Amino acid sequence: MIDYLWLLIALPLLGAAILILFGKRIGEPASGWLASALVLVPFVIAAVLTVPFLNEGEPETVFLFSWIPMVGANASLLWDPLSALMTLIVTGVGSLIHIYSVGYMHGDERYPRFFGYMNLFIASMLTLVLADNFGFMFVGWELVGLSSYLLISFWFTKPSAAAAGKKAFIVNRIGDWGFLVALMLIFAAFGTLDFGVVFGQAGSLLSVGMATAITLLLFVGATGKSAQIPLYIWLPDAMEGPTPVSALIHAATMVTAGVYMIARSAALFELAPVTLAIVATVGALTALLAATIAIGQRDIKRVLAYSTISQLGYMIMAVGLTAFTAGIFHLMTHAFFKALLFLGAGSVIHAMANEQDMWKMGGLRKYMKITFVTMVIGWLAIGGLFPLSGFWSKDEILGSAFAKGGFFFILWFIGILTALLTAFYMTRLIILTFFGEKRWDDGVHPHESPSTMTVPLIILAALSAGAGLLNTPVRLGLEHFLEPTFGAVEQVHPPEGITLWLLALASLVVVIIGIFIAYFRYGRGDLPTEEGGYWAAALDGYGVDAFYGAVVVAPGKAVASWLAKVFDPKVIDGAVNGLGYATRSFGSTMRVLQTGWVRSYAAAVVAGALGIVLWLLWQGGAF
Amino acid sequence: MSVTVAWYMVFAAVLFSMGAAGVLLRRNALVMFMSIELMLNSVNLTFIAAGSELGLIEGQVAALFVMVVAAAEVTVGLAILVAVFRRRSSANVDELSELRG
Repeated sequence: MIDYLWLLIALPLLGAAILILFGKRIGEPASGWLASALVLVPFVIAAVLTVPFLNEGEPETVFLFSWIPMVGANASLLWDPLSALMTLIVTGVGSLIHIYSVGYMHGDERYPRFFGYMNLFIASMLTLVLADNFGFMFVGWELVGLSSYLLISFWFTKPSAAAAGKKAFIVNRIGDWGFLVALMLIFAAFGTLDFGVVFGQAGSLLSVGMATAITLLLFVGATGKSAQIPLYIWLPDAMEGPTPVSALIHAATMVTAGVYMIARSAALFELAPVTLAIVATVGALTALLAATIAIGQRDIKRVLAYSTISQLGYMIMAVGLTAFTAGIFHLMTHAFFKALLFLGAGSVIHAMANEQDMWKMGGLRKYMKITFVTMVIGWLAIGGLFPLSGFWSKDEILGSAFAKGGFFFILWFIGILTALLTAFYMTRLIILTFFGEKRWDDGVHPHESPSTMTVPLIILAALSAGAGLLNTPVRLGLEHFLEPTFGAVEQVHPPEGITLWLLALASLVVVIIGIFIAYFRYGRGDLPTEEGGYWAAALDGYGVDAFYGAVVVAPGKAVASWLAKVFDPKVIDGAVNGLGYATRSFGSTMRVLQTGWVRSYAAAVVAGALGIVLWLLWQGGAF
Repeated sequence: MSVTVAWYMVFAAVLFSMGAAGVLLRRNALVMFMSIELMLNSVNLTFIAAGSELGLIEGQVAALFVMVVAAAEVTVGLAILVAVFRRRSSANVDELSELRG
């Protein structure tokens, strides 16, 4: 059965090829269903292959073909509990979002192309997740960036969408640079990129300095893909893509690649305490910063985008604390409830005729009941209300920070503060969208979405509600499941006994406070205007984009324009023109030799022959 | 006083120099051709003399090759000469200097 593992990547890749080449003939909605099936089948295969891990199954590697054997980078797949879990998330959430898109993308003139790109993304992500060496993982890593670019700028006739795609791609490239240099250092240290060798010998071969350098560079890669400070700026703009794309790529799966990569490289990160502290701190600060920005957003998708950055901060903080299971657990629950929230937002946007400003919504609960109920579940799950999934996964991270103590106590406090803000801005989103008076324009007629869109919402809502029970302090199911992957790594765990319950109670109280503040602010009649001062700054993302524009982009443009206006015409053109001038002047000097008289040429030949004869005689010692 | 190979060599050198001087000094293309033939045949003479002295057949082989090439060269050269003469009624090579740089 494990021999069929390659189908996980091959099927969506085949779908991408078919839909991109022949999509127009397949048409709508057949191409959508084909794409959905080619993600659903891998999900079923993955589910079957995961069963052995429930009964103490051993991880397996499947060799496909040699690629660059001398650096240990082959097309070879690793099937262990961590990759199995990631595969299930990617294909499971992915197939739901594919089905949702069948309805959502209805009427788009490039409908088949959209599904081709989506399948390409699934294949790329599975390559990233299943690779058993850093080289093949890098292939997936880059392909994921490419499909993300294609999908963000899917509506490329809109200049803002085209710019957002470029921005995402370029910012990701900065992270990829770090990842690539890290791979070079790994190869220098181990002579191979193979996971088994690298992680197995890391303890004996790596000095602390080398481990710190490698892990810091890997983390640079993670900040790009997983949208952490300082490279998070691409993610809010990525909302220019179609909403299912935001749900699948920029919330549930691709952005978790950095978290997955750090968790996979746990054996390396374990050796570099400095890096771990930096990772945890960056994660916590990102969580807090993004949450404070999310408060001020008016666009429903941008709230969710900053919320995603904030939740990714939690995950990065978790892996930085060496609470790898907690990080992966939050990754999973977040995939469910954030996909749900994005798809719900998509349903709302669909109903409101592409209006995304929450100030022009309100009162929608009467018009779209299924969307409303599922969104409420997503809201409570991300807020972290007992017993929904977000409560368990977030508390495990916060508990781990608390248990580690010392400096990390500050991170715990930041985490709690972020939880308060999360509850606040999510309540704000729900109230502005679904409660209160209707504030939309007269021409808009909100309606419930078709069943292809609501059924995935219902399934995701069930998962968001229930997935937390997979890993409760009472029964550590996921922890046990991931044992074969993280068994050799020392992890931090939340405190036990009464402390644990007090911590949970504290975060629950904080969440309820957040919800109530938001209720008193937005839920009672007149809405606050939220203009100027802090709100303007938050709406603008604290001007980080402008700051990067001035500090990074402007000097870059200055260099480029100097190259174009000075270096190119003077130096490059100068060299080419100089070569031409030299040739011409040499030619006009030499043309006097071309007398046109045959006899003068003959004289030259004779003189040359005479010269050679004399030289030979001289060499022979004649004089 | 016997005739050694050195005689032939000196004779060939004299012939060659006369031929070369003819090519350089005469303006009539026909005479230049004849001078070239002189040079070629002086070289043939050295080949034959050296081959006979060293007891090698290659000297004669080379001479035969030179004759064949010379015959071909004269054919082409004379054809050009006739064509030039038809256009210009002159065989003076100094007048053919259109390719002057």
